[in-house]
Amino acid sequence: MRPFTYARAATVDEALGALRDPGTRLIACGTELVNWLKEGIETPARLVDITGLPLAGIDVSDDGGLRLGALARMSDVAAHPTVRDRFPVLAESLHRAASAQLRNMATIGGNLMQRTRCPYFRADVELPCNKRLPGSGCAALDGGDTSSHAIFGWSNDCAATFPSDLAVALAALDATVTAVGERGVRRIPATGFHRLPGTEPARHNELAPDELIVAVDVPAAPGASHYLKVRERASYEFAVVSAAVTLHAEDGVIGDARIALGGVAHRPWRLPAAEQALAGIALDDPAGLRAAVARSFTDARPLPGNKFKVELAQRAAVRALRTAGGVQ
Amino acid sequence: MTGTKKGCDRGECGACTVLIDGRRVLSCLTLAVGAQGAEVTTIEGLAPDGELHPLQHAFWETDAFQCGFCTAGQVMSAVGCINEGHASTDTEIKEWMSGNICRCAAYPQIVSAVSAAAAAMRPGADDERTDR
Repeated sequence: MRPFTYARAATVDEALGALRDPGTRLIACGTELVNWLKEGIETPARLVDITGLPLAGIDVSDDGGLRLGALARMSDVAAHPTVRDRFPVLAESLHRAASAQLRNMATIGGNLMQRTRCPYFRADVELPCNKRLPGSGCAALDGGDTSSHAIFGWSNDCAATFPSDLAVALAALDATVTAVGERGVRRIPATGFHRLPGTEPARHNELAPDELIVAVDVPAAPGASHYLKVRERASYEFAVVSAAVTLHAEDGVIGDARIALGGVAHRPWRLPAAEQALAGIALDDPAGLRAAVARSFTDARPLPGNKFKVELAQRAAVRALRTAGGVQ
Repeated sequence: MTGTKKGCDRGECGACTVLIDGRRVLSCLTLAVGAQGAEVTTIEGLAPDGELHPLQHAFWETDAFQCGFCTAGQVMSAVGCINEGHASTDTEIKEWMSGNICRCAAYPQIVSAVSAAAAAMRPGADDERTDR
């Protein structure tokens, strides 16, 4: 680890001021950044601690929406009564992420600022990775293990998946990320906050270098909802694939459904074609649900190691819809 | 102090678990300078000198370790697990203790220890014991 200096910001303005120095990184509770410091992936000259900023609130607005402060801890949001009662997809995505210790530390804003990465990104012996060292190549796409990689939206430069569960739920909930920077306040849809790799995989998200996330806003009345996480062990593991759904149904027939998938792309992957086709389908009609979900998989591009994800993701989406709708 | 152990040093194993202001966290991902002014509890501070915390006693009683390297982290995490109210069934204990890896795989005994300690730490448990 390279030496660095440390300071604390007392106000948002102080934090934004610190960002003017390109050698400075902001740090909240460190569950992401400290790893990158140890591994030499981040080498800032100065850290500015933002945990003293007044951004830890979990507020319910008059219309029933949520405002999650950027520094609210994952465990506190997951345990919040309104989140549990009215936004189960959110509580479940948080509860199934990481471990109890990490959830006690990690913040909502920090969760979204995780790097989109694959195992080659942080390999003990440095391997070609266009995210870690732009232009160095891609060890996964160059004949490597692609079992954990994307089936949608990848480029020839990178096929990693975004690791967050929370972000998948936020995408299904049509949440927005509120950031402040030199140019004022900016609201970024959660569905577009994380970037596809294209030819610039080293850019992970749309946050500008002068900006800080201050809150995430979740609209009211998502209806029924559920987060299904499929993983290789029962707890404390990243998703192989996951599905976040919200659902308005009447007499067992879908009126409106929204689906976001995790583990399949560089960002939470909404299924607009499927969502459109699902209106009018009965929750107890698995074949109908499957046919509607399949509309969004015509452009799936699996890699040699992850063809199974195409089937698994569709099954996960169907099961999440049925679970959210109370149908087994 | 030598109680807290560095295991993976990357937030994956839980061996370094301590309490900061009463919450279980991973010390390997916590900058000491960032904890200024906070109350940090390590395994050394769990019980007065010469005494065992109910969890330490339960780990000893149920043989919940083999090499012992993960044990300090297991015990500190279990304190959090019980205080949070997540130790009412074995299934719940397994889920809420999943951040603590035991390479010797003493998991069944660890679950038993947490379960026994949760019962011993329940309000009024001391009175019940005295009554018997």
